[in-house]
Amino acid sequence: MPILEGQGVNKYFGGLAAVSNVDFHVDQGEILGLIGPNGAGKTTLFNLISAALPISSGEIRFKGQKLNGLKPHQICQMGLSRTFQETKVFANMPVVQNVLVGAFFGTPTRVSGADAAREASQALELVGLSAMSATPVKDLTLENQKRVEVARALATKPELLLLDELMAGLTPTEVSEAMELVKKIRDTGITVLMVEHVMKAIMGICERVMVLHHGEKIAEGTCNEISCNKTVIDVYLGEETRAGS
Amino acid sequence: MDITRFISTHRKLLLVGFLVLILIFIITLPLYTGASDVRVLTTVLMYVVLAVSWAMFSGTTGYMSLAPAAFFGLGIYTMALLQKELPFFLIIPIGGLVAFAFALLIGLVTLRLKGIYFAIFTFGLVVFMTELVQFLETRLWGQHGQHITPIDNEILLYTMLGLVVVTVLATYFIRRSRYGLALLSIGGNEEAAEHMGINTTRTKVLIFAISSAFMGAAGVITAPGLIYVNANIAFSLFYSFMPILMAVFGGMGQLYGPVVGAVIFGYLEKTLRAQLYSYFMLGFGIILVAVILFLPNGIAGLVPTLQDKLGGLMARLRKGEQGEQHADT
Repeated sequence: MPILEGQGVNKYFGGLAAVSNVDFHVDQGEILGLIGPNGAGKTTLFNLISAALPISSGEIRFKGQKLNGLKPHQICQMGLSRTFQETKVFANMPVVQNVLVGAFFGTPTRVSGADAAREASQALELVGLSAMSATPVKDLTLENQKRVEVARALATKPELLLLDELMAGLTPTEVSEAMELVKKIRDTGITVLMVEHVMKAIMGICERVMVLHHGEKIAEGTCNEISCNKTVIDVYLGEETRAGS
Repeated sequence: MDITRFISTHRKLLLVGFLVLILIFIITLPLYTGASDVRVLTTVLMYVVLAVSWAMFSGTTGYMSLAPAAFFGLGIYTMALLQKELPFFLIIPIGGLVAFAFALLIGLVTLRLKGIYFAIFTFGLVVFMTELVQFLETRLWGQHGQHITPIDNEILLYTMLGLVVVTVLATYFIRRSRYGLALLSIGGNEEAAEHMGINTTRTKVLIFAISSAFMGAAGVITAPGLIYVNANIAFSLFYSFMPILMAVFGGMGQLYGPVVGAVIFGYLEKTLRAQLYSYFMLGFGIILVAVILFLPNGIAGLVPTLQDKLGGLMARLRKGEQGEQHADT
């Protein structure tokens, strides 16, 4: 059963259709990869789902409930959390406080201080930052700042997590670590929708992949189907990948 | 070395004791000084309220408000207009409420503005209030300015002291609460805060209104000491800039930062401005530039650095002593 569904989703910036008539669905418990060349509308689609931008037309449903017209904080409290392509951390606050923000405000019910602290330490444990909980986030490496964002999103107790280019700018070792992390998150029962450019990561962990190009969905299917799809290879993967796979 | 250990173990107790001493000093001040000193102290306390309540909103959320004078002036005018109808102590909360309601309205309309645009709007608000009040005064009463019946200096001092205590306590509890965390996260990254489930609009508007309520109440208590006010006096931009400079000078990272800044500059302003007006402003400007350049966290930012240095010195001294003892044995 799809946890997130979009029908005829459109987003125009003036005359430009950044996302054009996209239908999509994310099934409960899967990891769905969203790929496409730069400017394909991946992040825009994320922004539409999380209500950072208002949708031009069409509708998005989360757990059967229409998201149109809701504010970002309401969507977060419904159980749909996200990270950002360019990290948006609370730089001057210690790691644990960043995560506490998610724990305190991310759920519709009032969370007690003790519960929030437990929630935060669990999230930090999962992403492997327990040892740095008192460090100001601005002193962390990019990889760890991204982990803080993931922990912060996890502390809001999401059912669906949107990861926007978690692996961009990371070294190959860090990419493998991040892949492990995403799998671990899925294993805790959280559905994951991820935008990614690192093909190794997509092929390694995603059950299904959806491809956007110029705002339109050009393909959707399992990793194998996608890597053999002629259109996808032409616009995105290139000859080399076909030869390799 | 027992003293340092005592200080570190009984830090809270010492802090409370220190605060009680200051309170006793302020309360007993009228017994051994003249009326002018009492007035100076009242003004200093007024600046403490303004600086602390300004930092309550702007220091946490990062929204630069230049509007303290608008709410402060509203308080003054509330006092001027209601003094004959109601007792003084009732007008204080009313002044606060008027400022609260006005700030709520302003906040709902303008807190969508970001960065410099919000600052410019609040700056314009003060100018607008001056003009509006002047216009209404001449139209409604056919007069320029209002006379306010003076109230005993000591009563004003104690009332202002009470307001300082309330303001500081409110800031203290807000900083410790989850609401304070929400404010800090808005200052850190508003977009992220929104996506983490914080209703940023409501949070911002509410703290803007709460901080303005204290400014309005401060205006009510200040009014009787002025005896005569007009729109230019009540809504003087001076009341917008001074609290900001004080809070920046003192440092906004700590609760006591704006208090320290307000006490130092409030006192200097009150005592030096009359004699050396232009030099005072010149010196003031130079000091402020120096603070921003060299102490971006203000005076309060100095404390951790000094603690580190002093701590190191103490440790070395202690070690030296032990070394001598070892040498003796």
